[in-house]
Amino acid sequence: MKIKVIVTLKNGVLDPQGKAIQQTLNGMNFGNVEDVRQGKYFEIEVKEKDEKKAKSSVDDMCKKLLANLVIEDYKIV
Amino acid sequence: MRSSVIIFPGSNCDRDMDVALKKFGFKNQMVWHNDQSIPKSDLIVLPGGFSYGDYLRCGSIASKSKIIKSVIDFANSGGLVLGICNGFQILTETGLLNGILQQNKFLNFICSNVYVKVKDKQNKYFKDLKKDVLELHIAHNEGNYFCSDDELKSLEDNNQIAVTYCGIDGTENETTNPNGAIKNIAGIFNKNKNVLGMMPHPERMIDKYLSGEDGSLFFKNILDNFK
Repeated sequence: MKIKVIVTLKNGVLDPQGKAIQQTLNGMNFGNVEDVRQGKYFEIEVKEKDEKKAKSSVDDMCKKLLANLVIEDYKIV
Repeated sequence: MRSSVIIFPGSNCDRDMDVALKKFGFKNQMVWHNDQSIPKSDLIVLPGGFSYGDYLRCGSIASKSKIIKSVIDFANSGGLVLGICNGFQILTETGLLNGILQQNKFLNFICSNVYVKVKDKQNKYFKDLKKDVLELHIAHNEGNYFCSDDELKSLEDNNQIAVTYCGIDGTENETTNPNGAIKNIAGIFNKNKNVLGMMPHPERMIDKYLSGEDGSLFFKNILDNFK
């Protein structure tokens, strides 16, 4: 079963790459871009039939490795 | 004084550290990350470099390697653990030190000499150090120290801030902050001050003809405090 995870920086944490992307987009005449936050996306193939079990295991992975909870939030989608 | 330098795939300051430690009289051994245990040591060093290619987050993969359990046990039993640059990043990822090293504020890799102010001398690394400001070298892309407000307060209350970026005269402000680190922090201790993580490389400042000797002071001081 494939479980998808999105890791993003918490609100208020500086994201210099997102800022650079925003400024570049503005420079390319996408004047409507007000903010960009960059994140990470994971596809995790879990050997598990029960979706609940798979997600709970991925949740554990997020806490222990995939995200650093000092600055990042994660979402299992 | 016996020391061990842990080598991870992608470490690249391990040999410099070995040379520096031996130069001042440490009996140093190199230890591979896949080993189960660490030879009897008084100091463990996690060297600089790019362990595991900085994949996922700097230091995150190395912080789960086989040897790390022994490093954590050693630290928790009061042993001296020093993490330089990538070693500092690994220490924050293991949870031995608070916070995290984020990408530099202006997105540039910084390679230059800096001055750092020694903020606390009640510890085995800096006790009785003759100088208050040291000239050391930094080379990093992720050295922008960050932690929560609560963690920062706790670091300040317990005097866990070890070194901060400053000018030659010790002034700390935005212009002497190379990477955007909160409160100019260049290095911190754990609560017991036996674990020290810092971005600057003392091992690159041990030769008066090539670089400078403030790194020598640092290593000699650790030895003096051990005697």
